[in-house]
Amino acid sequence: MPEPVIELDRVRKDFPSRPPVRALADVSLRVDRGDYVAVIGPSGSGKSTLLNVLGLLDRPTSGSYRLDGAETTELADGARTRLRGRRIGFVFQSFHLLAHRSVVENVMLAEIYGDHARKGRRERALAALERVGLGHRVGFLPDRLSGGERQRAAIARALMGQPSLLLCDEPTGNLDSRNTEAVLDLFDELREHGLTILVITHEQEVSERAARRVRIIDGVLVEEA
Amino acid sequence: MDVRDLVGEAFAGLLARPVRSALTTLGTVLGITTLVITLGVAATAGNQIVGRFDELVATAITVEVPESENTPLVAWDAIDRLTRLRGVVSAAAVAESKDSVNLSVRSNDLVDPTRVTAQTLTVLAATPGLPEAARGRMTRGRFFDAGHIERADRVAVLGGQAAKMLGVTRLDRAPAIFIGRDAYTVIGIMGDLRRERDLSTAVIVPPSVGRRFGLRDVTRVLVNTSLGAADLVAGQAPTALSPGNGDALQVIAPPSPTRARDQAQDDVDALFLILGLVSLVVGAVGIANVTLVTVMERVAEIGLRRSLGAARRHIAAQFLLESTLTGLAGGVIGASVGVVGIVAISAAKQWTPLLDVRLAVAAPVAGAVVGLLAGLYPALRAARMEPVDALR
Repeated sequence: MPEPVIELDRVRKDFPSRPPVRALADVSLRVDRGDYVAVIGPSGSGKSTLLNVLGLLDRPTSGSYRLDGAETTELADGARTRLRGRRIGFVFQSFHLLAHRSVVENVMLAEIYGDHARKGRRERALAALERVGLGHRVGFLPDRLSGGERQRAAIARALMGQPSLLLCDEPTGNLDSRNTEAVLDLFDELREHGLTILVITHEQEVSERAARRVRIIDGVLVEEA
Repeated sequence: MDVRDLVGEAFAGLLARPVRSALTTLGTVLGITTLVITLGVAATAGNQIVGRFDELVATAITVEVPESENTPLVAWDAIDRLTRLRGVVSAAAVAESKDSVNLSVRSNDLVDPTRVTAQTLTVLAATPGLPEAARGRMTRGRFFDAGHIERADRVAVLGGQAAKMLGVTRLDRAPAIFIGRDAYTVIGIMGDLRRERDLSTAVIVPPSVGRRFGLRDVTRVLVNTSLGAADLVAGQAPTALSPGNGDALQVIAPPSPTRARDQAQDDVDALFLILGLVSLVVGAVGIANVTLVTVMERVAEIGLRRSLGAARRHIAAQFLLESTLTGLAGGVIGASVGVVGIVAISAAKQWTPLLDVRLAVAAPVAGAVVGLLAGLYPALRAARMEPVDALR
């Protein structure tokens, strides 16, 4: 049996305040290769904390998080950063495209950290853009794109360097229904090619498209049927 | 991370806000320009001051010969020994006495009641090298030579002012002047004196003639040396002029030229250096300020870069490089403007611009260092940012 991409074992995250806030209460989650998981829950339920922990942006207070079989909670800051750059592709609600750089430059940005070859970078970025259906927009500045196109450019950036996991934080939060549809179609397509996708959302429509749904309420994770 | 990528990102970061980057650079430009201009003009001006010293004062030596009862301390032919010394460009011996300074000199023997024909002038005896020694030239005619002296010819050379007072303007008719009762032929007029300007109102006669006016012994020796030889010649001149009695002579030598140069340059440098450094600090504060604002504005970008695998040092390096490049640009522009400024000031003042190559090279480096230092704190702030907070 292959290693799961994500394996959370009783992960707990407390924020030091008065009284202490428990954002994640002994969360256990296993996501296998090729899974398409939606994490749903109301705001303030711990969704973002879970995403930060999964994205190696934050450390859990206790518990174990294995990414591609490697324990991450023990790793030093630098090693976590490298792992994040290599294994995880982020898709944000607000796209986070650099406004002054063209679409292809934004995508190429994904490869400047870490030990990627400079040679062929533009070609790889163009291929990623082609894959998300933005081959005709490569030289545009982000503000010339529609919201859906921007998010697809961001997804192309996340796909650079073949990540094990696409981590999406409300990817359709800023999109209208038509663009949402296009992005969700793209997720389906990527998943068919074997990419592991974890989407955090509070939108019914988005979660329904996922093969698997988990609900988080007050830091407690429950698998939905 | 490849260095080329780092440089590319830093450039892209700067060029994303070109106007702001240009304005940020302005502070350093002003600082470096001030520094370069002040240092350059200080060096240029210092050189001009020293140049004037060199030309007029630093090569002029005067030896005063006190009166003596018996044998003269300096013989008239001692000048020949002096001119043989290495470093002596020209020299002349002059005799002047209390009796000879107020002699009545006329240019003709007619008594014209409407005019003052008799002038009270100084009569001097001198050796033939006097025009050169006084840094002047013969504007008319010639100076007397060894032959005139040997024959004790009754000839005289007038200073330019004396000639004007006596109404002697042309020499082709061999005009005569009367000193006391005797007539003397004027053979030359000496002018454009840059040293011993009082010779301009004097009547100069050969030493052999001067005896009639009590001008028996050498009272003063004028020496001009080549540049830098003044110290040496001042030490040797008394011995050359009066072997055995050199101690009795009084040598008036210029202040050591090296000291004059250092003094002039140090004064100007210290003042202007402080000015330039203050401007540079102001420029650095400007860069630090704007870089800090930029960091705060680009929090989301920092978060994105961290999510793409950028380590803290990558973030710090990028902001440091951006501020360093800002400073470097300011340094390059400032150095250029400064050099142009030095040339312009020199042109206006008709100075020779003195451009130190090291200054032109050091200025951009200084700008880069200023940028680097100014970027330290903002870069640290950017690197310390937690990705979770940056992405929020």
